[in-house]
Amino acid sequence: MGKTFAEKILSRCAGYDVTVGDIVFAKPDFCISHENASAICATFKKIGVDNVFDPDKIVLTFDHTVPASTIAYANAHRVVRKFAKEQGIENFYDMNKYGGVCHQIMCQEGFSAPGLVIIGSDSHTCTSGAMGAFAVGVGRTEMAGVWATGELWLKVPDAISIEVTGDFQPGVGAKDLILRIIGDMRADGADYCSVEFYGDGIENMSIADRMTICNMCVEMGAKNAVCKPDDKVRAALEGKAKSDKWEMVWADDDAEYLASYRYSLEDIAPAVAKPHTVDNYATISEATGIKIDQALIGTCTNGRLEDLRAAAEVLKGRRVKVRTMITPASVEVYRQALKEGILETLLLSGCTITPPGCGACIGLSSGVLGDHETCISTANRNFKGRMGSKEGFIYLASPMTAAWSALHGEIRDPREHFESASDKAGGGQA
Amino acid sequence: MEIKDKVIKYGNDINTDLIIAGKYTKTLSNEELAVHAMEDLDVHFTKKVKGASIVVAGSYFGCGSSREAAPVALRAAGVSCVFAKSFARIFFRNAVNVGLPIVECDTDRINDGDTLRYVLGSSEVINETTGESIPVNPLPEIMVKIFQTGGLVQYFRETGGY
Amino acid sequence: MPGMTIAEKILSEHSGKEARAGDIVFCDVDFMVVPDSTGIFTVRSFKEMEGKKVCDPNKIMFVFDHCSPPPNQHIANMQKYERDFVLSQGVILAEGGEGVCHQLAVEKGYASAGKLVVGADSHTCTYGAVGAFATGVGATDMAATMISGKNWFKVPETIRVNLKNDLPAGCTAKDIILTVIGKIGAEGGNYKAFEFYGDYFEKCTLDDRMTIANMVVEMGGKTGFTCFSGLGIQADEDAVYCETVEIDLAEVVPCVAKPHTVDNWAPVSEVAGKPINYAFIGSCTNGRFEDLKAAADILRGGKLARGVRLLVVPASKDILLRAADEGVLKDLVDAGAAVFTPSCAACVGTHGGVPADGETVLSTTNRNFKGRMGNPNADIYLVSPMTLAASCLTGVITDPRPYVKE
Repeated sequence: MGKTFAEKILSRCAGYDVTVGDIVFAKPDFCISHENASAICATFKKIGVDNVFDPDKIVLTFDHTVPASTIAYANAHRVVRKFAKEQGIENFYDMNKYGGVCHQIMCQEGFSAPGLVIIGSDSHTCTSGAMGAFAVGVGRTEMAGVWATGELWLKVPDAISIEVTGDFQPGVGAKDLILRIIGDMRADGADYCSVEFYGDGIENMSIADRMTICNMCVEMGAKNAVCKPDDKVRAALEGKAKSDKWEMVWADDDAEYLASYRYSLEDIAPAVAKPHTVDNYATISEATGIKIDQALIGTCTNGRLEDLRAAAEVLKGRRVKVRTMITPASVEVYRQALKEGILETLLLSGCTITPPGCGACIGLSSGVLGDHETCISTANRNFKGRMGSKEGFIYLASPMTAAWSALHGEIRDPREHFESASDKAGGGQA
Repeated sequence: MEIKDKVIKYGNDINTDLIIAGKYTKTLSNEELAVHAMEDLDVHFTKKVKGASIVVAGSYFGCGSSREAAPVALRAAGVSCVFAKSFARIFFRNAVNVGLPIVECDTDRINDGDTLRYVLGSSEVINETTGESIPVNPLPEIMVKIFQTGGLVQYFRETGGY
Repeated sequence: MPGMTIAEKILSEHSGKEARAGDIVFCDVDFMVVPDSTGIFTVRSFKEMEGKKVCDPNKIMFVFDHCSPPPNQHIANMQKYERDFVLSQGVILAEGGEGVCHQLAVEKGYASAGKLVVGADSHTCTYGAVGAFATGVGATDMAATMISGKNWFKVPETIRVNLKNDLPAGCTAKDIILTVIGKIGAEGGNYKAFEFYGDYFEKCTLDDRMTIANMVVEMGGKTGFTCFSGLGIQADEDAVYCETVEIDLAEVVPCVAKPHTVDNWAPVSEVAGKPINYAFIGSCTNGRFEDLKAAADILRGGKLARGVRLLVVPASKDILLRAADEGVLKDLVDAGAAVFTPSCAACVGTHGGVPADGETVLSTTNRNFKGRMGNPNADIYLVSPMTLAASCLTGVITDPRPYVKE
């Protein structure tokens, strides 16, 4: 009988064939941590080992609070800087080394690649599945153990396959698809599972779109998520891959899945996740007219060049009605957006650009919500208090929806923009 | 009104960041400000002030920011009066506006731990420890009026404007 | 009667009577600037005073700059409290990300020659660069002004500062004002106005003039005018000054203010070689286009020294846009800088860029008090953008002159 992607990867780790429920010891190819590395350092020292198992396999970034907003964060950064220096960790993306959100760095810089095992001390580590990697989030103590030994145990997960076909309609994006899937499957619908995406719909998507989708699978409990790797992934790794161990791995055609679903992109429409759970799906028409105080476009879910470009296209030549924060996922995204004139378009339309990183997504940095304020956000969580005040309201949406809504001061269907754009193109003089 | 208490003495150029750091000023709670008053200058300040409510300093007390939280923090921490050789301009106005008594005089004649007696508005302060009487600089009339009314808020409530 | 200083002229004009140094006068105020930091107290005092409507909503600008976009829930709520007030009163609002209040007051033309402006921030004196009598007040004072449209002022004596000769290459307006402050002392100008003179002002830019006017409060100054033929207001030739200070620009060298006071002057040569951890370029003192460009010109093609991080914060959105347009931002980012939203940022230690314990910081801002940037256990050296950029390349405090491309 065939194997799922997860079974294949973990069989390779074990050196023998494994199936669902088996416990496997794996040696991760790369380990990623952000600011919580400071806590991991402390635990690592308690374990009583002098050196990390392999400094070249550890990747560090600062993203939750860059630049540091308090002494405590500044000192936490200092601990990590010192540790990186002592241990000779070169893959350290500090403020001055083109840093960004850890998951973005992993994909952008060629750490994540097909067939590799990536672990990260952050729940959205699953983002790296967009590059075909088996990428799993773990806790801090677990990570300290990996730093010490280079190994961790993993249970072979059940898997869910999702076939995606076709292409997006104008005004619809990857975010709308994943919000719909989470709405259908609910917050625990993929608990402990490997979620494996394939189909011509995935092939048609950019890596950025695939990252948005994989990123959010943890919101339905997934252990990892992965898109079937293809030439786009190969091209992205050209001259960039940080490991030569990668190879195209995918599930067998006759693999046994816990469940299989199929989505046609033609059926996907703009959507939001209403407060206060990610699976609180609503179509855009149900949310239309809800007043907003703030918009956030960016983060590890939707802070890539493609996302900023989509927002800029909607905003170009117009003025936002509410404060609108743009948080690029990395310095590299910032540089490219600068080069393409996207930042200029966004600034001229009234947006505020924050430093690359997590920004307001976790309520620790620029753009926190106050009491009774409503935000439309392209991030991945809308839990009570996530962006600051417990009395705040967060609606998750695509960059296009967030941008179009920011222009109106209320949640609106971004397809209106594309209709009016095509009217103009086809209608001659108004 | 008479103020009589022991003195805590500091040096010159006590700036607004020492009086209350910017990071603590984002609050409307005077109690919160009081907790951090003078923190970076003297970690024991809030304890000391309970037994010695008069702050005496050298020149240029309150230099730096326009933050009104500085005199508010001192007042809320229990400071009854600040004596200095000179004050920075904005702090000086702010103190009167929020009702913190401040007095300009030759503070070289006052030492840490001395007991001072001062009747608000009078032209001299008595150093009871040394027995000396030290002349003080008078306040401009408008400041006296504002101070006597209980600060600028009360002044505006009563007069409706200048 | 002798002639009048600029301060006397503006206060006479606004009080309707002859205002001479030492007088207390009541004046009509032309414009009021309120940043978010002191804005909460201003709004509270306004309410406690039972104020109903502000005197004129077009004369008042609230700016969210000290802590914006808000870094935590508490500050978000504070800003909401202010924003509700701003919206209900219809006063001018500059939202988070627009820039630092002083930059906006000048950039948007609210401050200009002959005007009387108060700001609930000590660096309001910056507008002396465009000939306005501009001074900082506290929050309650501001609330009173917003209600009545007036305030009382003690007419200041004026110190005249003559700058002679030309400024050498590699030195900037920041080096001039640090030198002046070193000479006059932190308290030397308490309650005084300043008038700066010299051919230098005929040649230098508005950005330079603002850097100099900005820092007069660091000597206690109430306001400071950078006088030149195009300022739009002049003192009488026979005006009376309480003191005249001569500075020979030919002798100015790249310099620093050492921790923890602004008048703790030293030439760069005295501290050269000291390792740095963190550099901050921005603020109402040195966050303007020419400042960013001066730094970018030195950093272009280079990389930050290992272990040094650089934070760049443009003083306004217009500056950010121009820096993007003219490639300055790219040079800075390519060299390894992180760019923060236009605001006060790390200068006041309530937001992005707080230093860690034991770190040495180079900053182009205006204060190096202990704890100023949020951590009392860090050492802050104030420098020019050029000194900062050269030091970022080497990792130690460095004289910028060899790095200046003529």
